[in-house]
Amino acid sequence: MTPIHRLPAGTKLLILAVAGTGLVAVDRWWGMAVALAVTLGLYVLARQPRDRVMAQVRPLLWLLVPLFLVQGYMEAWSLAALTVLRITTLVLLAGLVTLTTRSEAMIEAVEKGLRPLARFGVDPAKVALAFSLALRFIPVIARQSAEIRDAQRARGLGRNPLALALPLIFRTLRTAGEVADAIEARSCVGPDTPDDGPASAP
Amino acid sequence: MQRVRLTTKDIVYIALFAALMAALALFPPITLPMLGGVPITAQSMGPMLAGAILGARRGAFSMLLFLALVAIGLPILSGGRGGLGVFMGPTAGFLFGYAAAAFAVGYLHERFWRGLNVVQSLLFTVAGGIVALYAIGIPWAALNTGMSLTQMAAGSAVFIPGDLVKAGLTAIIAVTVKRAYPLIHTAN
Repeated sequence: MTPIHRLPAGTKLLILAVAGTGLVAVDRWWGMAVALAVTLGLYVLARQPRDRVMAQVRPLLWLLVPLFLVQGYMEAWSLAALTVLRITTLVLLAGLVTLTTRSEAMIEAVEKGLRPLARFGVDPAKVALAFSLALRFIPVIARQSAEIRDAQRARGLGRNPLALALPLIFRTLRTAGEVADAIEARSCVGPDTPDDGPASAP
Repeated sequence: MQRVRLTTKDIVYIALFAALMAALALFPPITLPMLGGVPITAQSMGPMLAGAILGARRGAFSMLLFLALVAIGLPILSGGRGGLGVFMGPTAGFLFGYAAAAFAVGYLHERFWRGLNVVQSLLFTVAGGIVALYAIGIPWAALNTGMSLTQMAAGSAVFIPGDLVKAGLTAIIAVTVKRAYPLIHTAN
């Protein structure tokens, strides 16, 4: 693991915020080109393969190319280059933080960041519950949506947005109700519950 | 609007709707010929649906949770994108606007919940899902690229017909779901 991977998530996010703000101050396209080169150097340091870089830039091309052309023609080519280079650098820099930070570390950083909000009524336990539930149910709901899509396609409704959306939403809401009931049932401690929890009851 | 704390059931709805948003990324974009070839992604209907079905607070929180999951690095944004990078580009304003849009749509739906019909739902969804969303998305895009607000607005106009279709679908869905799952204004 590279030194970049080992940096704590909070530190990387802070550096990203500072760098992002600093890059706004750069007003020459060649200055931004240097910044981009530095960013790419960081990718090398973090031992990221080249196609990871392209994977982040490619979805932006439909936007960046027309933007460059329009801004270059209507205002100045140096400004257009500056803009496009800045967007690319920011996206890649932020992407590097994501690529070198484990999801768990990020969630921890988010929860740590939310702690000062506890005095405003933000309950860290509820935040943690929300994250873990969402993570656990993304594959479940994705599978349900695939099943619904297949079922509706068999009926010839595969391209009908309502035929796809309505069953999926109903299913999600029903699942939510069941999950909520299960959580409440599990946390329910009655008079017959032994000291080591409901699970050990005969 | 209720001023009570979020219950466990609220958290579950928030979390599962965020998961639903993620699942919507898997639906391929629909291209309706009347829209001139501009594709509609299922996921972009999410904020409208979140507000109309869950209400203002839960809808907004579900969008914030979804964005947090994207920020963490999950590839759950339309097109399999994810990570902090997506929040740095010109279109990021429309992402940040998801929570505000859900809140606006939800607030209006809660306010006029009794006797809600499709036309009202459509109006509320347009107000929140289009007006409120673009109010955040366009200034951000203009700032990010250094172009003027009018240029940005003009460039974004091509997406409006598609957004109106989305709002219409949301209105139909909202009224249909309300009959079976009237989540707004019920005791949890």
